[in-house]
Amino acid sequence: MKILLTGARIIDPIQNIDADMDILLENGKIAKIGADILKSAKSKDSGKIKIIELAGMIIVPGLIDMHTHLREPGLEYKETIASGAAAAVAGGFTSIACMPNTNPINDNRSITEFIKRKAAEAALANVYPIGAISKGSTGSQLTEFWDMKEAGIIALSDDGKPVMDAALMRRAMEYAYSLGLPVISHCEDTNLSGGGLMNEGYYSTILGLRGIPGIAEEAMVARDILIAEFTNTCVHIAHVSTAGSVRLIREAKKRGLKVTAETAPHYFTLTEEALQSYNTSFKVNPPLRSEQDVAVIKEGLSDGTLDVIACDHAPHGRTDKEVEFEYAANGISGLETSLSLSLNLIQNKTLNWPELIAKMSANPARILNLPKGTLEVGADADITVIDPQLKWTVDVQTFRSRGKNSPFNGRQMQGKAVLTIVGGEIKYALPSLKL
Amino acid sequence: MKFEKKDILGIKDLTVDEINLILETAESFLEISTRKIKKVPTLRGKTIINLFYEASTRTRTSFEIAAKRLSADTINISSSTSSVVKGETLIDTARNLEAMNPDIIVIRHSAAGAPHLLASLIKQSIINAGDGAHEHPTQALLDMMTIKERKGKISGLKVAIIGDIEHSRVARSNIYGLSKMGARVVLAGPATMLPRNIEEMGVDVYTNLKDALIDADVVMMLRIQLERQKQSIFPSLREYSQHYCLNRNNIKLAKKDVIVMHPGPINRGVEISPDIADDPSYSVILDQVNKGVAIRMALLYLLTGGGE
Repeated sequence: MKILLTGARIIDPIQNIDADMDILLENGKIAKIGADILKSAKSKDSGKIKIIELAGMIIVPGLIDMHTHLREPGLEYKETIASGAAAAVAGGFTSIACMPNTNPINDNRSITEFIKRKAAEAALANVYPIGAISKGSTGSQLTEFWDMKEAGIIALSDDGKPVMDAALMRRAMEYAYSLGLPVISHCEDTNLSGGGLMNEGYYSTILGLRGIPGIAEEAMVARDILIAEFTNTCVHIAHVSTAGSVRLIREAKKRGLKVTAETAPHYFTLTEEALQSYNTSFKVNPPLRSEQDVAVIKEGLSDGTLDVIACDHAPHGRTDKEVEFEYAANGISGLETSLSLSLNLIQNKTLNWPELIAKMSANPARILNLPKGTLEVGADADITVIDPQLKWTVDVQTFRSRGKNSPFNGRQMQGKAVLTIVGGEIKYALPSLKL
Repeated sequence: MKFEKKDILGIKDLTVDEINLILETAESFLEISTRKIKKVPTLRGKTIINLFYEASTRTRTSFEIAAKRLSADTINISSSTSSVVKGETLIDTARNLEAMNPDIIVIRHSAAGAPHLLASLIKQSIINAGDGAHEHPTQALLDMMTIKERKGKISGLKVAIIGDIEHSRVARSNIYGLSKMGARVVLAGPATMLPRNIEEMGVDVYTNLKDALIDADVVMMLRIQLERQKQSIFPSLREYSQHYCLNRNNIKLAKKDVIVMHPGPINRGVEISPDIADDPSYSVILDQVNKGVAIRMALLYLLTGGGE
């Protein structure tokens, strides 16, 4: 099966392409990219080739979300691997990396193999499991990194639970580095954040909700940067939410350390002020921060301190959110809104198109050592087509994800993924798109 | 003036006119509690549910007496006797109660925002009887009523609130209320008990009791909860009481005619010395309790359409 995408603007930051071109997909790979493929294709083997007209659209390397929570095994009412993968392709993501905090935790080969098998059965997005750093993510004993690597993990993290023991984190970073696996750190000093429900500041004070100070994140960001420097290894900082973290990471990069970092759309879109209604859909960890933090997160995206925009897709069931604020689960179902929210960064001049696309494809591919994130000839035909003008309204009831927990429900958006191709096969197409 | 609010969730949402209306209505109800037959038929046929998810003696009793003096039917539900132990959610409990058509639900809950969740879901009026460390509007209203009676006004007074501000819903509601009514509010407590950015609420903040007491017209002492010691908010009750207990010596810093308030229950000898607590020339603590019934009568009356 051959597919020719024609009439669109193609952006590939890796090849430095930003031009109107055609692209031909063949046998699951990118066969050709160039200005005049349509004519030659039509004359040679018309009929055997599916030609898709995409005037006004933008073709980019398939988006990669390096921070997703699929809840299977164990919490299937929140999300399954299949429903999460369906949400991914609907949101324009061709690859997702899933965090290990399932039940049981992905801390051994058999769980990793189970996830890979379920993902293959779903046959939607590429799913890359992330293994736990410590057994049961309890922070006391390392898991079998090597064994899990052979089974298919591409990174290590105890996401959701920080590694509080600095000595264990040091060992994890050393051992993982020797295997070529990145360690993704959920930075939160739980002694400082303990029992906290939202950012500590004026709003937590007037709402009477226990605060989570910015330093709970920053203290551990600083620690992990120091460990990476001392051991000459690398670390990736997950979901950066504060101005102080951006400052620490910027300074570490300036000194040439192997530190990378991500933020999530809600950290550059929303502030703590939204919590005044006690609406639990805004409850997330790390918490929504101040206006000033949001401004610095955008600076960090703009100057390259923050390499990646990740969803931190955290689907929950109604029962997890329809309770008192204090008891509500943390998290936002993000796969189906992340791209549209990120496109705002182009509108408000924080990023240009190639920069944004790099943060959502090439950069996560590089950090996770995935052979993805580019439209080079011979690469896997993972492609996302974006209609930058399409206006739509978020309706959680239409989410493919089982998690309907989105604070963006009802929000007007501009720009959306309309066609998602994984390995040369169409996995998602907006119903109104003419194919 | 007609009272337009459906719920009483916090003082933050009330206007000065609404506060004045509540205080005036409460004053008109004070006399009922002094009669031989302490009952009027005003709320006959109305049903009030007291839904208490947190232990309370004073506030629950006060609401119950207020409702009964107005001839309303009252039902008390506390977490130990309710379906909470069976794992029912607050939302399901609320929907079930709603289906039985009460007129007002009074709720106390340890989670801040729980009354707001309830109010957003059901059609009946909700009164917040204290939610976590957020607000305790009826306490602030009865405090304002007490101050107004004793001082003849609220505007222009200096009110010092002393103690664990961080965990105090009484402090927050009073800061909103007293500031709106024109008082100057100052706070004092160890730095560990002062929540971040509290000064943005328009108050002056001290870590030294004496600084806050100078020329105060009203001193409001907050209860120190022993279990906070485990959270390292203070090293010991002994040390706390040496520096933050209101006593015969430090009260001289305040105005001569200062009044001393406490939302109760008091820890004698911890935040307030017994001889101050019991001295009628300073202490209005029992007067506060007395006003509490009138304030709650006023709210029940206004929320059920009284004054129309």
